[in-house]
Amino acid sequence: MVLYELIDLDVLRVIWWVLLGVLLIGFALTDGFDMGVGALLPFVGKTDVERRVVINTVGPVWEGNQVWFILGGGAIFAAWPPLYAVSFSGFYLAMFTVLAAFILRPVAFKYRSKRQGLVWRRSWDWALFISGAVPALLFGVAVGNVLLGVPFHLTDDLLSIYEGNVLTKFLGLLRPFALLAGVVSLSMLLMHGAAWLSLKAEGVVAERARRIGTVAGLVALAGYALAGLWLAFGVQGFSLGEVVPNGPSNPLYSEVTRSGSWLAAYAARPWIAVAPVMGFVGTAMAILGLRAGREVSTLLWSKLGITGIIASVGLTMFPFILPSNSDPNSSLTVWDASSSHQTLFVMLVVTVIFMPLILAYTAWVYKVLWGKVTEADVTENTDTVY
Amino acid sequence: MEIGLVELSRLQFAMTAMYHFLFVPLTLGLSILVAIMETVYVMTNRPIWRQITKFWATLFGINFVLGVATGITMEFQFGMNWSYYSHYVGDIFGAPLAIEGLMAFFLEATFVGLMFFGWDKLSRVQHAVVTWLVAIGSNFSALWILIANGWMQNPVGAVFNPDTMRMEMTSFFDVMFNEVAQAKFVHTVSAGYVTASVFVLGVSALYLLKDRHKELARRSIAVASAFGLAAALSVVVLGDESGYSASHTQKMKLAAIEAMWETHPAPAPFTAVGFPDQEARETHYAVEIPWVMGLIGTRSLDTEIPGINDLVKVSEEKIRDGLIAYDALMQIRETRGATPQAVRDTFEAHSENLGYALLLKRYVDDPREATEAQILQAADDTVPGVAPLFWAFRLMVALGFSFIAVMGYFFWRASFRQMNFPRWALYLGVAIIPTPWLAAELGWFVAEFGRQPWTVDGVLPTALSASSLSVADLLITLGGFVTFYSVLFVIEMGLMVKYIRKGPFQDVAETEAWQAAHEARLRGQTNAIPAE
Repeated sequence: MVLYELIDLDVLRVIWWVLLGVLLIGFALTDGFDMGVGALLPFVGKTDVERRVVINTVGPVWEGNQVWFILGGGAIFAAWPPLYAVSFSGFYLAMFTVLAAFILRPVAFKYRSKRQGLVWRRSWDWALFISGAVPALLFGVAVGNVLLGVPFHLTDDLLSIYEGNVLTKFLGLLRPFALLAGVVSLSMLLMHGAAWLSLKAEGVVAERARRIGTVAGLVALAGYALAGLWLAFGVQGFSLGEVVPNGPSNPLYSEVTRSGSWLAAYAARPWIAVAPVMGFVGTAMAILGLRAGREVSTLLWSKLGITGIIASVGLTMFPFILPSNSDPNSSLTVWDASSSHQTLFVMLVVTVIFMPLILAYTAWVYKVLWGKVTEADVTENTDTVY
Repeated sequence: MEIGLVELSRLQFAMTAMYHFLFVPLTLGLSILVAIMETVYVMTNRPIWRQITKFWATLFGINFVLGVATGITMEFQFGMNWSYYSHYVGDIFGAPLAIEGLMAFFLEATFVGLMFFGWDKLSRVQHAVVTWLVAIGSNFSALWILIANGWMQNPVGAVFNPDTMRMEMTSFFDVMFNEVAQAKFVHTVSAGYVTASVFVLGVSALYLLKDRHKELARRSIAVASAFGLAAALSVVVLGDESGYSASHTQKMKLAAIEAMWETHPAPAPFTAVGFPDQEARETHYAVEIPWVMGLIGTRSLDTEIPGINDLVKVSEEKIRDGLIAYDALMQIRETRGATPQAVRDTFEAHSENLGYALLLKRYVDDPREATEAQILQAADDTVPGVAPLFWAFRLMVALGFSFIAVMGYFFWRASFRQMNFPRWALYLGVAIIPTPWLAAELGWFVAEFGRQPWTVDGVLPTALSASSLSVADLLITLGGFVTFYSVLFVIEMGLMVKYIRKGPFQDVAETEAWQAAHEARLRGQTNAIPAE
């Protein structure tokens, strides 16, 4: 009897599937408002001081937020190595674009206000816009593609081959449904960024953010509803044949067929409807809150809406995590794309120890930084703030 | 698989990793130095130390952000460019990367914001604690990434699972306490401490030469030279520990670094200089120092260190053994679910050398069909490029010893000669600023180039590890990285120079006024604050 056998392999797989969701949601809730704020920057801040206020609302926290992205990569590598290997190499140029944005953004935050010149600052402002908007869009496009199925197959050696050449691989991602998913994710994060600015900024900046955020929220709501209808009538689902309980993580060991609709999951497990309901209610309440000028509750509703929207994708697809439309048998599922029993267990222990600590000290930091960033703050402390 | 693809992938990885490591060592060391300086400030309560802390923290921040940003590439590039590697060893290699995020990145990144934005919001002790947490977080991240890297050099605690076609972890404890990883960790962080010390010392020397900010410069030299001397001593001693562990874990790498073609009777001599010739398998004009190699490598006078030629013969045997494992693996795959136990037993008995059979995949799709000539060729492939390793290693070691001399000298002048530094020494201090970076990059070159032809020593050949991308994919991203990184480098250097020229933000009087106001604010007398 070894310690890790205390928990069944399949149970660990489900736990790590949940944790994968938690990480993606954590990323969207924290780094999501950074991206939203970056994408809103040129539109909510007209003068340099206004823009500095906007940047300084996220100035002290973006570094910590960005770790959710890095940890997301690390945790997928550790818990779902095939997913890490197939998706990152398959979405190669899209990943490169996202990486470039995530490299550009920290630098833009940190360096923008270190020189005075107009060209210098304007350039970094647009860098912040691009590095916020582009990944926000691409993450949605990626999720849309996952729902449609991705053209890859695994060889007998489990080497992943993604169909297409350098152009078709990238342009092939821009399918209409995937673009709709991209619009949903971009507008959702714009709304989230606006909710953040409404809380942390004041005056005309907060006012503009609320106005844009309301529109973005409406787009997200409509887009999400449309995507749901599209899934119901226009996208074929996947279904998994028999799997061996606690079987080896080899995707080729199971049979996958295309049939019916993804939404069949809601007939099989009606309780998962709670996720889309959260998505709709949270987003709608956030829109109302932005209009009414409520601050803390709006941000919380926005978080709920995003949580619901992301969770609904995962719950709808379960047990699939990366279906293949060109060779369905190569599809990755919860039951056949995880790490080994021992690795999942060790990583769970580490997570159980460190995740509460991380949440605790992150909360403390946000508490210390509580309060609005004012124009006076940024004009008087030029050596400490951005 | 095209060879061009693997080579471009290697080039891109090497370039992005070495670029990343331009920023990391300074982060590792400067975070600690700043924390030490701030601790002195908290203990003495003298404004000059606050000024010193904030000045170096500003430079730290400019550097830190690029370390973070370029680190993102590293976290994702395994999946993007090395997807077969990621599949094959992700079960082991992914774990330390994820733990690095949980234990280290969150700590440093969450608190680094407060470190810069929290001066007015925290008490002095609280702020110093925050600075220390950033330093500890940064150093922890080095621990976990070196555990990951150490496993690539010495893959302990894992076996191949024929059902999942990958390596799987058998002992997390072994992976974590891998002796190679531990030796590398302390060597690497020490190198970071040396880098930061040389940087602080060099910039301070520049100020003394220009007769500016002398209070700040003298004190900074005192801290940097003491810390730097300890670090320079340990980087050499701990580097020797790395060499010692290589003598029983990576014999081929050690032999290549030393250009030891033949096995010498113990104790082996150390070749100080010479011209290794890979074709002829000999070192021309070698200057040998008797006994030294045996002493360093084995810490004994009677243990032999095998030479390259003998190790090639060992590789050949391992290839033949690995072929037995490969054949059994193919049978297991064909008879999935109904494999006779005897076949599985055969596989397990030989699976240790499976990786050696995979070396043949460069030449033939099915290694079992390899010709004798191909087997010999594959055995030869296990020898990395000797001359580059030989020279890179010697240059690194020479630099390492020179840091001890420089730091020792400055420490002596700072401690026993009333901080009087002759001008020639100050010029020297400025001139050597780039050298620790050179030494660190050479160190990584020796470690990683010396591991070839493997990504994971003895387990997975580099030639098989890459993603199935096209050359066009690689050319696009390689061009993108080169352009993007070059621009960022120019911008970063420009800002560093600007802020070094500018010097500390506040003079002592301003700092004192700030301190009085800040203490009043912390006591809650918000009305009493003069406008800053």
